[in-house]
Amino acid sequence: MKHFRSISEAGPDALRRLLDIADHMAEVNRRPNPKVPALRGKTVCNVFFEDSTRTRLSFETAAKRLSADTMNFAVSSSSVNKGESLRDTIETIAAMGIDAFVIRHKSSGAPWQISQWTTASVINAGDGWHAHPTQALLDAYTIRTALNRTDSFDGLRIAIVGDIKHSRVARSDIQAFTMLGADVTLVAPKTLLPPSLDGFDPVTVTTDLDAIIGDLDVLYLLRMQRERMNEALVPSLREYTSRFGLTPERAARLPEHALIMHPGPMNRGVEMAVDPSELPGSVITQQVTNGIAVRMAVLFDLLGSGANLEAES
Amino acid sequence: MSSEKQVLGPDDVRRAVTRMAHEIIERNHGLAGVALVGLQRGGVWLAEALGAEIARIDHPIPVGSIDASLYRDDIGLRPVSPGSVSDIPFGVDGTTVVLVDDVLYTGRTVKAALDAITDYGRPAAVQLAVLVDRGHRELPIRPDFVGKNLPTSSSEQVVATAEGVVIS
Repeated sequence: MKHFRSISEAGPDALRRLLDIADHMAEVNRRPNPKVPALRGKTVCNVFFEDSTRTRLSFETAAKRLSADTMNFAVSSSSVNKGESLRDTIETIAAMGIDAFVIRHKSSGAPWQISQWTTASVINAGDGWHAHPTQALLDAYTIRTALNRTDSFDGLRIAIVGDIKHSRVARSDIQAFTMLGADVTLVAPKTLLPPSLDGFDPVTVTTDLDAIIGDLDVLYLLRMQRERMNEALVPSLREYTSRFGLTPERAARLPEHALIMHPGPMNRGVEMAVDPSELPGSVITQQVTNGIAVRMAVLFDLLGSGANLEAES
Repeated sequence: MSSEKQVLGPDDVRRAVTRMAHEIIERNHGLAGVALVGLQRGGVWLAEALGAEIARIDHPIPVGSIDASLYRDDIGLRPVSPGSVSDIPFGVDGTTVVLVDDVLYTGRTVKAALDAITDYGRPAAVQLAVLVDRGHRELPIRPDFVGKNLPTSSSEQVVATAEGVVIS
């Protein structure tokens, strides 16, 4: 694989391979000395045009644990503020000899554009509302390990709740979960659903969380972006919580084995109206831990597995 | 050229495993602080077979497995994909680790395994047990326990399992 830009582009074989490699990386991360020499001499550049703490730190940690060198490009202190174009910025960094770019950008499709300007591998760390494939990978890996579903997600009932319309996490998660065989239900007010579900993988849609919560294997809560309030897409945050938030009453109705997931950052008291540390099914901290392992898997697959050479020769 | 030749049968392999188990016990004076580590993937069955035989003859010792693909010197030169996950269920510090592999060839896999095992700690000593030594070493590595020395040409393939050893 040359690039990792979306789950659908990678396809089911790569998705399963990356989850398998992540098992090895998770083992590395459990060691007292969590570092291997696999990517010595490779350089990974994080280029974040949008704010992020966990994704950028996670990629940086992943690269370092594989012994790659890392560079961070922070837009706020860069020549972008002097009017440098995206293309010039990328070509300048590429000229320094970069093996992989990790890109976050507010425009959907930016990673595809950027890969036309460089011979380096491009990893999408979130583009607009479009895709966030390493988040989907870590979510799938977390479900796979927590529910011991190594082979497939056949028959797993997963609900993704919240602002589907503006969520790249939801789009990538839907692709990954359905690719692995899960039954995915989207739960949201109509104003927070995309205008059309054309192009989405087959999913069920409902506005009634209480009708399905007793049958779920995974409850995936999305962040309720407060800035949406200005757009009058929900009447009030309290109204949102009462219909779509995880309240103590709803937590009590979840099956005992069900997982509770959230991509972070969390809005406590809005979509998460209980203390997640008191929920036995919460795997939110495991999601963060697993993020490093799956990003190591992606970096190793792109830069270390030799698969590119095979494709190019 | 594609003809297969069976060099050892299942009984030969069983006898070789028994002999190697005795040699490991003898060399290590009663097995204090000795553990077996099979190299993923081909060495794992042999480490388990040696572990079972040593337990039968003397007493059980820890058996683990290690995947060295993140330590190989040919990363990026040819496709490598990690096999099964490493499992080292004992402390490596001060342990005599017997690395176990099915076939010893260039020695590069063993070199990667040496790098990998020392990331878990500082072994008291590392020894090497292989079912087949087929020659063609490219590094200064030699086995301590050998099931069978088997001269081969580098164009041949050697497959060693509990069912026997086959050259093709």
